[in-house]
Formats: sequence, structure tokens, C-alpha cells
Amino acid sequence: MRPLRQNPSAAPAARARCLLTLALLGLLAGQLPAAHAATPTPAAAPLSEQERALHVLNRLAYGPRPGDLEEVERMGVKRYIDQQLHPERIPLPAQLQASLAALPGLQMTPAQLFVDYGPPSFDKEGSKEEKQAARQRAPRELTPQFHMARLLQATDSPRQLEEVMTEFWANHFNVFEGKEWVRYWVGDYEKNAIRPYALGNFRDLLGAVAHHPAMLYYLDNWLSSGADTRGARGRFKGLNENYARELMELHTLGVDGGYQQADVITLARILSGWTIDVNAMKAGAAPFSFAAQRHDPNPKVFLGKPLAATGYQEGEAALDILANHPATARFISTQLVQYFVSDQPDPALVQKLSQTFLATHGDLRAVLKTLFDSPQFWARSNYQTQFKTPYQFVVSALRASDIPVRNAKPVNGALAQFGMPLYGWLTPEGYKYSQAAWLNPDALLRRINFAGNLVNGKSPIARPEGEAPPSNADARPVDAQQLLRTLGPAVAPQTAAKILAAPENVQAGLILGGPDFMKR
Amino acid sequence: MNRRDFIRYLGAATGGAILVPIGLSGCAVAPTGDKSISRATPARLAYGSPAPRAHANGDGAPRMIVVFLRGAVDGLNVVVPHGDPEYYRARPSIAVARPGQANGALDLTGYFGLHPALAPLLPYWESGQLAFVHASGSPDGSRSHFEAQDYMETGTPGQHTTRDGWLNRLMGYLPPSESPLQALNVGDATPRILSGHNVVANLQSGRAATRPGLIDQPRMLQAYSPLYEGDDAIAKAYRDGIAARRELMAEINSQEQQMANNGAPLPNGLSMDTARLGRLMRHDPRIRLAFLAVGGWDTHINQGNGTGQLAGRLSPLGAGLATLAHELGPAFNDTVIVVMSEFGRTFRENGNGGTDHGHGNALWLMGGNLRGGKIYGQWPGLNQAALNEGRDLAITTDFRAVLCALSERHMRIPDQALEKIFPQYANGAKGVPNLFV
Repeated sequence: MRPLRQNPSAAPAARARCLLTLALLGLLAGQLPAAHAATPTPAAAPLSEQERALHVLNRLAYGPRPGDLEEVERMGVKRYIDQQLHPERIPLPAQLQASLAALPGLQMTPAQLFVDYGPPSFDKEGSKEEKQAARQRAPRELTPQFHMARLLQATDSPRQLEEVMTEFWANHFNVFEGKEWVRYWVGDYEKNAIRPYALGNFRDLLGAVAHHPAMLYYLDNWLSSGADTRGARGRFKGLNENYARELMELHTLGVDGGYQQADVITLARILSGWTIDVNAMKAGAAPFSFAAQRHDPNPKVFLGKPLAATGYQEGEAALDILANHPATARFISTQLVQYFVSDQPDPALVQKLSQTFLATHGDLRAVLKTLFDSPQFWARSNYQTQFKTPYQFVVSALRASDIPVRNAKPVNGALAQFGMPLYGWLTPEGYKYSQAAWLNPDALLRRINFAGNLVNGKSPIARPEGEAPPSNADARPVDAQQLLRTLGPAVAPQTAAKILAAPENVQAGLILGGPDFMKR
Repeated sequence: MNRRDFIRYLGAATGGAILVPIGLSGCAVAPTGDKSISRATPARLAYGSPAPRAHANGDGAPRMIVVFLRGAVDGLNVVVPHGDPEYYRARPSIAVARPGQANGALDLTGYFGLHPALAPLLPYWESGQLAFVHASGSPDGSRSHFEAQDYMETGTPGQHTTRDGWLNRLMGYLPPSESPLQALNVGDATPRILSGHNVVANLQSGRAATRPGLIDQPRMLQAYSPLYEGDDAIAKAYRDGIAARRELMAEINSQEQQMANNGAPLPNGLSMDTARLGRLMRHDPRIRLAFLAVGGWDTHINQGNGTGQLAGRLSPLGAGLATLAHELGPAFNDTVIVVMSEFGRTFRENGNGGTDHGHGNALWLMGGNLRGGKIYGQWPGLNQAALNEGRDLAITTDFRAVLCALSERHMRIPDQALEKIFPQYANGAKGVPNLFV
């Protein structure tokens, strides 16, 4: 067996850096390091039309479905991008609308969800078993619906960029469905606080999140009270910094955004009294409430700016400051470049996006347009180079093989196995988007197993829970030739040749479990 | 007046200095106020006086297991300073009661006690195979879980740009091995601490670890392998995965088959993972490093005291660690287990019966040849002046000092390599007492 450590080529990151340096040197000298490139296509050759179509389908969408490549090529990538930036102009298919409407949990208000599935629905007189059963209703009944809603839209919605950005923001403003009450609200959170703003204005998005009970509960702000205020009693006794800290570190300024521990405390004081009103929910009203009797009434200086003691309005003023801060523009821009372009964000591109962000006061559509217009986005060095996250891998595999999601549980089961269950990251920083986070030997083998099981025509994903699998005669395995047509240049010719040399019944699995499909 | 009160009054009278009992026989003066790691002398003091014992031989292949408690465990309720009344004043509803009281601490040194939920670990303290380094942690002041975890895993506090983890770097200085199983991660995605150039194998958590997959079929292996012949990172990951999988499956299956035949049930939860890990490391001396993360320590609300939420998390952890030590069998003599967490929690309880993000914490050490039964480090005290920023336990021992000592004296990493593993840390293992018998 080959020794594992002595081989100098066993240092991919260093090697990538070296390649990058060489490429930069080449560009500076006005020539290409042609001899260095391993692929037949020169490293700086512009993408072909077909490659451009694949690139937008991979980055603005969760990969091509059958026919998508031809469709984008026909309409042109520019028009495709423009259309995706305006999801409101793309009609949702009736079938998708009907499937979403058939999920009752998604039509309920947060108050109804709380009353029907939360503590008010637990019979305090009931037996231990009855109480246990009452608590199990939310994970049994609501959770699969919320997962289904996400997966149906990710796989079937023609508003793909909206879905991509919904995933991006839901992760940016991560909540964990396993934290008690969050479970009731995670569907509404995504539907009403994230998706409508995914391509809108950052300040609106930030505000929607800040008022949503899922976030108020997840990061404990609903419990926080100003010190020695009238309402600071019982479980609302003290100041809780949790949300204030993450609001700056993870949602806006970033950890190097220039704030101090004193600012964390000040922001917590500003947001003291932003809470969930349980009694209002029981009466059917919206959960958010500003509890003036728990708000710290003293004057405050936040990030060097004095804030007038205006009660609830202080919070809105603080959100204004944060949303329009240069550090926020830089932090959000860095994350967008990482998501859409490369694990190593180009500082020049980040700078360009930050400028758009600040000039437009956080118009996310404009920021994304800047990104999609940039030469970095279209560079061959950023084409088919990102290692898919588990979610991107699974959703793109479902789309490419045209397998409808009829049961969300096995999908989430696979995602959990890959380390990325839906709404399943416990801590507020959310999942990472990088090869370093997701490429490891074991995870790769698990993707291969998933791919093989997905395409055999008997996947439990494609049938409602409880329905028997089709007989061998009725099973319709995914057709490898069709899959290759769907994916076009995503599968390199030399890979396709090796796949087609394998037994026919494993070819489709080899395509989705092969190295080319791991990248986007 | 009992001895403890006497010490406290004496401490108050001397002003600016506090007294801590060492073991059963004496007191030492620990200076207060010096919270800066750079100026503080490295840890020299130890509390507790275990009976001397002889080195016990294992198979001679040193092993290290790191258990990371993500979310910042409340070290002051793990190794409880029950001898300090300040502790009880600061934590009216969440303090662990004094030894002898209901759900009280298990006394360790007369001043420190162990959380009662960790009772399964007490025998290791008594046999001198469990120790703690109190008031330790990362000198960086971050109170962000993610940042602080990142710093502890990269081993470079304050520096964001480090891409690999110290455990992965350490791997590079172990004797060359052709085994794909030199380092094992228990869980899913590779954690930062094990990220880097050296190849790490993965052992899934729970029952999933032994489930055979498609790729375990020879015909599938034959079909897939030609696709992954390149020298890019993905192809390499595939080949490493196949090699590790083959060995791991063979090893696990033979052992668990045997156990099943003997009618032994598999333990649940964390203990299932630690039992498997312990057996694997016992039988395969080529597995030198392992990592395991346990979450659920971010107790902002209703943390509880001797019972309650934190106790409910500590209990399976204590059982899991005891299982690990037990299953390692004779290899426990070659092993050191390090339990660490990104930072400690606030000294005072908050308004919600919990604690917020703090600073200093206790680092746990277990091992067959550990010079345990001791609390290492320098106790900064809990009076207002001694607290970090007036709110947290101060740090007097840099976590890297302990890791350097373990790397050098247990893992036999050469001195010069320590500078590569912990690049900004010039002290190495200097000043750390000998932690092994």
C-alpha cells in the first residue's frame, strides 16, 4: 500500500494555492501558464454557451432537470439570470401550488401552531403516556410537512434562485428545529420571514427575522429583560445577551466587525422587552410583542452612537444601524461570494459587492446582479470547481434524475447521514459552505451509496410513506442515457466513457455517485 | 470555626491573596489579579495528593483521544469549588450543594468536588487516573462559541486564517504508518481539529456505523473505482475511504459479532460510540488519535444544580467516558483522554437560572498512567478582583501548555515539532509538571 503522508501531491490546498499563484503570475505577465493546465481546455478559455448554461443552473439553481440545459441555452443565460432575479414574474406550476396547499401545517399562523401543537395542547391532567404522545405530535405531524415544503420547492419550483437564496438566508439566520418551540414555527419562519425577502432588501429581511417567534425563542431574546425593570420577574428575570451577540457576530457585522462586549450588552438592553406574548397567542393574536415594562429605560450608546430612549423604536434604530453598516456589507458580500463563486472569496469581488450593498441600502437583487455580472463568476477557474454541500448534492440528484419527492423522511434521513439535516444545526452559525467542511472519505462513500439506491426505481423518496415499493417488473430505474443528456457538460467525456463501460444497470448510479457530479 | 472558614478569614485578612488548601495537609497562597496569561507563570501548583503508584505497561503505542464539549460546559459546576462561599453566593439556585448534602458534590480535595452526575468517574480519581486542570482555556477573550471552538481546534487563538487543526498537524509527527486508520473521527462531517493534509478515517455514530452499504459489494467497488483514479482531492478521498472502510468493517464486525454471540447488549447513546471506539483502539494499536464531540452544554436557561439539565447531560458523558476507559482495557495504560470545551460560563447565574458565555474552564484528563487524583493549575480565586472582566473564572493555564505537555511526554512528539503544531505558542511544555507516572 502507498504511504499516505510522504506524497507531496497529497496536499490539495497547497497545490490549489500554487496553481492560483501561477495563474495570477501568468495573467500579470499577459500570458497563460498553458503547460501547467491538466485539462485539454486552456485554463482561461471562456466558457462555451452550453457550459454557461450549466454554470447558471448549478449556481443559481440546484442543477439541471431534464431539458433545462437546452431551455437555458435557447433563452440565453442573460435572460435566465434576469428572470431568476425577479421570481415574482415566474408563475408557480399549479401542481406545486396544490402540493404546498395540501400541507395543513404550512397554512396555520404561529399562534394557531402554538395552541394546537404547543404547551396549551398538553393535557396537564393526562397520564404520562398521554403527555408524551401530545409532545410527539409536533415532530410526527408538523416536521415532515415543513421538510416537505422545503424539498418540494427546492426540487420543483421554477423560481430556483429564490429557493437557493431561501436556503442561504435560512442558514444565515439559522434556527434549530430541535429546540422546543422552534419546531412549531420553523415552517412559518421560512415561509413568511425568509422567502418573501430572499431577493429583497436586507433590512426588511433582518426585521422580519428579529420579530419572528422562531428567532426570538431560539436565541432566548423573548426571555430577556432590562435589569431592575418592573417586569423582570420569574423566567423573565434578567438580561440575556444571546441574540444580541449573534445578531452582530453572525447576522450583520461579522466577528471582526468592530464591536465590543459593551456593544453586545447595550444591544441586549436595546432589545430587552422584544418578546413572545403567550397569552396573546392563546387569544389568536400574533406572538411578537414589545413588553415596555421589561425594557431597559436608560440612555444607551450603541457602536459609538447615542440612542434616544424611545422604547421599542430603539430596536428598530439599532437594526437600521446594523443593516447599513460597512462591516455588514462586507460580511454578507463575503458569504455570497463564497456561496456562489469560490471557497476562497476574491477580495476585489467582495469589495465590489459591498459597494453595491451600501449604495443600494441592502438591495439584495442589486448585489446579486453585481455578482452575476462579474468576470470572477464566469471564470473557468470557478467553473465546476465547488464541492457540493450534502443538500446541494441531494437536491441536484433528485432534479437530474427527475424523481419526485413524495416522502420527505428518507430525504432528510440521507441529509442527516451526510451531516446536514434540514433545520438541524444546533448552533446559530449554521452550516458551512466549503469543500473543507464536507469532503471527507467517509462522506463520499455515503454519497455513493445514496446515489446507487436513488436510481434503482424503488426509492422510498418517490412514494408516499407506507406505500409498498413497486415490483421488479414495475420498477422504472433511472435511464443513464437520459441522465447524461440532462447533465450535459457536467459529466466530462472521459468520465462518461468509463461509466458506459460498466454494466448497464449500475450506470445511472455511477453518474450521480461519480466525481463529476460531486461538483458544481 | 472549621478549617475552611479559617482559611477564608485568613484570606480576607491578607487582602488581595486567597488561600487554597492543597490536598489534606496544607495551604498555598495563590496570587490574585494577574489574569494575563503572558505574564502568569505556567501552572506549577497542584491540589490533591494521590498515593504514589508505579507505571503500568500497555502495548507501548501511545494514543490520544480528544472529547470536545461543544457549547461551553459550565466548568464551575463540573469541578465545583465547594470550599468557597463566594460560589454559593453567586449561584443561589444552580450551585452544586456541598459534599454530604442531598445531590451534593463528590469531594475531591476538600475544596474542590465533582458534580454528582459524574459519579462513574470517581473510581478513576481514586485510582489516580483522572485529573483536572482548572482555570484553564484559551487566552483569546472571544465569547463566541464558533470562534472560540475554532481557535481551540486550530490551536491558534486569535488567528482566523489557520485552516488545519492541531490534531491533524500532530498526526504528521507520529511515526510513519500505512494504516488508513491512524486517526478516527466519530461522527459525520470532519471537524476543524482533524481537518488538514493528513488523512482521517470516520466512524459513524450509533448503529449506522455497522450498516453495510452498496459500496461494500465487490461488483460496485469494481464499477466505481475506475472513476476515482485521479490525483485530485475527491479521488484521493475516495481511495482513502475505501481503504479505511475495509479495515474498520472487518474489525467492528468481528468484535460485535463476538459480543452478540455472548448475548451482550450494545450500550446506548454516547456509550455505544465510546465502547466501540475503546474496543477498536484496544485491538488496533495503529489507531493513535481519535476525536469525539458531544453537544448540549449551552445552558443559558434552567441549568439546574446537582440535578436538572446539566446533570442530565453530564450523566451519560460520565458513563460514556468510564465505558471508554473500561473498553480500552490494557490500552488504557497507553492512552490519555482529554476533555475540553471552548470556554467556561459566567461565575454568577443569570436571570433565567442559567449561565452565559464566560472564560476559564476545567480541562479533564484521564489515562492509565496519568499522575491523576490531582487538580492541576493555579487557582485564581472567585472574589470580584480575581474574576476575568469581573464576571468569569480567570485563566491561569493556557490550554496549549497542557496539550504540548501531552504531545511531548505522552505522544513523544519532538520538541521542535511542538512549534509547528502550536505555531504561536513559544512556551511548549515548559513549566507543566510531569503529568504521568
